[in-house]
Amino acid sequence: MTQLALVIDLNVCVGCHACVTSCKQWNTSGAGGPLVDDNPYGADPTGTFFNRVQTFEVGEFPNTQTVHFPKSCLHCEDPPCVPVCPTGASYKRAEDGIVLVDMDKCIGCKYCSWACPYGVREFDEGSKVMTKCTLCVDRVTSTTLPQAERQPACVLACPAKARLFGDVHDPESVVSVAIREQGGYALMPEWSTRPSNHYLPRKRTEITIHAEDLVRVDNPLKIDGQLPELPQQGAGREDFAT
Amino acid sequence: MNPAFSVIFLTTLIGAAQGLFLALFSAQLAGLATPAFLATGGVVALALAVAGLVASFFHLGRPERAWRTATMWRTSWLSREVIALPLFMGPLFLWTLAHALGLGYTLVLGGFTALASVALFVCTAMIYACLKFLQEWASPYTLVNYTLLGLASGCTLATALAGLMAPELVGFFGAAALLFTALGLVSRWLSLLRNARLVPRSTLQSAIGIRHPKITQRAQGFMGGSFNTREFFHGKTPGALRSVKWAFLLGAFVLPLALVALGIVSASAGLLVLAFVVQYLGLLAERWFFFAQANHPQNLYYQTVS
Repeated sequence: MTQLALVIDLNVCVGCHACVTSCKQWNTSGAGGPLVDDNPYGADPTGTFFNRVQTFEVGEFPNTQTVHFPKSCLHCEDPPCVPVCPTGASYKRAEDGIVLVDMDKCIGCKYCSWACPYGVREFDEGSKVMTKCTLCVDRVTSTTLPQAERQPACVLACPAKARLFGDVHDPESVVSVAIREQGGYALMPEWSTRPSNHYLPRKRTEITIHAEDLVRVDNPLKIDGQLPELPQQGAGREDFAT
Repeated sequence: MNPAFSVIFLTTLIGAAQGLFLALFSAQLAGLATPAFLATGGVVALALAVAGLVASFFHLGRPERAWRTATMWRTSWLSREVIALPLFMGPLFLWTLAHALGLGYTLVLGGFTALASVALFVCTAMIYACLKFLQEWASPYTLVNYTLLGLASGCTLATALAGLMAPELVGFFGAAALLFTALGLVSRWLSLLRNARLVPRSTLQSAIGIRHPKITQRAQGFMGGSFNTREFFHGKTPGALRSVKWAFLLGAFVLPLALVALGIVSASAGLLVLAFVVQYLGLLAERWFFFAQANHPQNLYYQTVS
């Protein structure tokens, strides 16, 4: 079984929104017709977006971390939005696990959006049907695009390479390795939706400096007497290093 | 959630229609009502159900595809409701017709309508109760309240109809109206108590997966509105919500109880009609509050515009 998914590295994301705009650009130009973009230059613009980048501040000044948090459909393995659909328009593809809406069957009752705890489905006011991230199904299953471009638009657009794409059921895929080795986690595990998309945690980059590392014991200038020689140090870390 | 008036009207109207039919059918079983009265009541119940059905179409973005909703009854309570509603309305129409024209078979038709009516109460309530992360809804109280409030408003309407057309039935229907309104008050009150004590299972910590007691949203990703901000926030103050709560407790339960009791004692059809009107308006407020009170976990992601 294949389960395509994104892995988003929160340690890398810089919050540039390139994934948001590339997602909108690709998906508003597709076979499904444009995604609504109402009043884009007015006072109260609104529109359909499958992907958003949010920003959170963790901690209290001065010990804060800014976390940029891209949010799109998580393509749950047990998607609560699918069984509630009265028409079968909302479905999970058996072959690759992508959760999709058949826009020709959707009646726009919005019930699936109520049934998604993550709020990643958007009702399109133009086409009057529910829309959502398709994981760029038209790109990733394309037979005409160059192999390197058969990835979601957001993944290709990310300048920091914070977004990985692959099969989370294949233990050797880039996404599975990232989840396994970098502590990838799922959102809202309390609802047993088993999201396929995972997030890699923020990591503080730290180096440990020992005081004796700042002093070079075998400084030739000291050996030559041109600099005052330091008092003899006891056995240091170097003496125990293998 | 942002209450949608189409759904508020749908659930209150068909609830009253089901309650009214069950009251009428009970009167038929007890041998109290004349066919003419039952036929008139059936027409009223049918009219309410049709009005509810019409209201439901306003909730759909693509109403012309509504026929597709009957396909996923294996998994979707909404689909089951869509099947149960015509299963209720069709036999109700035949039952009404049979009474009006004296065609017979009213017990069989009525029995089938009664079963469909009960099934419809279950389906309507389960649409909301099955969404486990909407913790205010995911409770047996939702099922009990939808049923009891439908029965209460239906019985009050039956009492009002009896007051207008068959005064000898006012006592029978009035007693049922008082009973179900009182039971509805108790169960709705209990559900309010339960919901007041709910602890949200999802937190900002679980929503973005970061373990820190202090997380503040700095940007939600856009400055204008979106479906996320329109569909899931009612935008009213907590004070307004409290006012609606007391308004519906008064309008759907306390006032109708008093008006029905007064109407029975003073044999005044006007008071009984007023009781139904007040109770229906109260139930509109109750249903609005039911939706507004539900706190969707997605709201955690939309706490700060920027």
